[in-house]
Amino acid sequence: MSEVEHVHFTEQRLAEIGALAKKYPAARSALLPVLHMAQEDFGYLPMQVQQLVADTLNLRLMVVREVVTFYTMFREHEAGKYRLEVCTNVGCMLNGADDLVQHITKTLGVDIGETTADGMFTVTEVECAGACSGAPVVQINNEYHEKVDAAYMDAFITKVNADIDGGQA
Amino acid sequence: MISSDPKQVKAICFDRIHLVGQAGLKVARKNGAYKFLPTLLKDFDSEQIVDEVKKSGLRGRGGAGFPTGLKWSFVPRNTGKPTYLLCNADEGEPGTFKDRDIMRYDPHLLIEGMLMAGFALGVKDAYIYIRGEFLAEANILDAAIEDAYAANLLGENILGTEFSMNLTLHRGAGAYICGEETALIESLEGRPGRPRFKPPFPAVEGFYRCPTVVNNVETLATIPAILEFGGDWHAAIGVPNNTGMKIFCVSGDVNKPGNYEVPMGTSLKVLIEEYCGGLKHGTVPKVVIPGGSSTPWLTAEHYDTPLTYDALMKAGSMLGAGAVIVMDETADLIAVTRRLAHFYAHESCGQCTPCREGTGWLERIMNRVEAGTGCEKDIKVLSDAAEHMAGRTICALADGAAAPILSLLKHFPEVVQERLMENAE
Repeated sequence: MSEVEHVHFTEQRLAEIGALAKKYPAARSALLPVLHMAQEDFGYLPMQVQQLVADTLNLRLMVVREVVTFYTMFREHEAGKYRLEVCTNVGCMLNGADDLVQHITKTLGVDIGETTADGMFTVTEVECAGACSGAPVVQINNEYHEKVDAAYMDAFITKVNADIDGGQA
Repeated sequence: MISSDPKQVKAICFDRIHLVGQAGLKVARKNGAYKFLPTLLKDFDSEQIVDEVKKSGLRGRGGAGFPTGLKWSFVPRNTGKPTYLLCNADEGEPGTFKDRDIMRYDPHLLIEGMLMAGFALGVKDAYIYIRGEFLAEANILDAAIEDAYAANLLGENILGTEFSMNLTLHRGAGAYICGEETALIESLEGRPGRPRFKPPFPAVEGFYRCPTVVNNVETLATIPAILEFGGDWHAAIGVPNNTGMKIFCVSGDVNKPGNYEVPMGTSLKVLIEEYCGGLKHGTVPKVVIPGGSSTPWLTAEHYDTPLTYDALMKAGSMLGAGAVIVMDETADLIAVTRRLAHFYAHESCGQCTPCREGTGWLERIMNRVEAGTGCEKDIKVLSDAAEHMAGRTICALADGAAAPILSLLKHFPEVVQERLMENAE
């Protein structure tokens, strides 16, 4: 998304936001859900999207900024097409999460927090995902993958790369 | 089926969780969901319900263990303001994963519990605050709520009675602190989750400064059985002052990690050996964190401790949310402590100085200790910092950050000593 591009919500989205806001004593309560929607629509939350959310809910931009920067799920920068979020908190750590992160970053040739040059993968470490019986847990674009090992990730990465070569990605 | 004989009860919250299709309203109703609700709405009044819950001895399953009936009784009546019911489904404490199973496999049990609580408290608008990462679970709950509206189990004049209640699902966005009830309220008001000073407690001034009850998923999911079978029935399960069943989320170095709902008072050893298939290595755990990462560690000497609020407190820890993290002889305790120090530093909301600064200190020093590039003074600074954080902040996050550090120093000083300067110049 270019810096000057004008952004707006679709009519359908605006109707959805309007209905949502009525479910709370005050519309500002809808801020987190609306940011989730905006992130779904625009991929991430650059400044002009944050301004759009502020205008839509009649909030000051600073109120929106404060919330965007407080919560880890809101992204101000574009991530790869596949976000590989590896839980490395204790439950997963005891089940090999650190080795798994190392394997993934080495395979993709990136550091934690980085995106591959082709824009396909971003690797991050996240805090306890609340699925410790399935440790180690990797969230791939909001989807939980449990009891993940190096072979599982290799297969996933290989499949994505094969789809690129096959022109499907 | 839940047995009306308390001695025969095998499960409460998980009773129907394994039934195929239980997340769908039709199947759930066939299996008994909402069965007792019409009787309750017709024959019970608010006072009776609160009394039954008080009698049941149910204590909050989210971590603090506060008696649920008592919490409900603190809500002032006839204030002219609405009363709100919030379900805490933030499930962020490292080691917990029980509420997720209730929500994804038996969402109608939670909705039914909220309806009953809402009816007792005169609630018109209720909310479920679910952690943002639980997207699949949120979608299941949303569908269940929609079905419940369509079946007149939510909305106006529920099942033809005077009672009306709305229920809205609200997703968080990745902040551990929002599991703290006043931070949850702040977040639900569209702000960063910074805990509020208490008092006033939420029961008096909570969501938009109105009377508010915040209950955990497991707590609310226990309500339908308590009201159907009676407070005395529930009080006869478990042990006195620690009644009922409890879901323990067991993770770490056990052969069969998972959620196990057992009577309160079951021993740690029985839980690990009979339910979880024992340890991966050795016969006795090196460390067990019994209630989630914020609770002090237990060591081998406490292996026989009954899992109750009281017994765990006596053993120097807490039952917390029932998140049992098990470490066998292979665990690197320094690495675990360093990882937890990182967690708390990352999750501190930053409003109280002892926590904002202290969690950073703990993390930086633990990084050095793990790398073996520390110095003798580091041990003293660690324990001083941890001791000066706990109890000196608005919420208990600082206490949680201090717990692993103080546990490590107390139980394994030689491990720290050995590693401390391993690689020093």
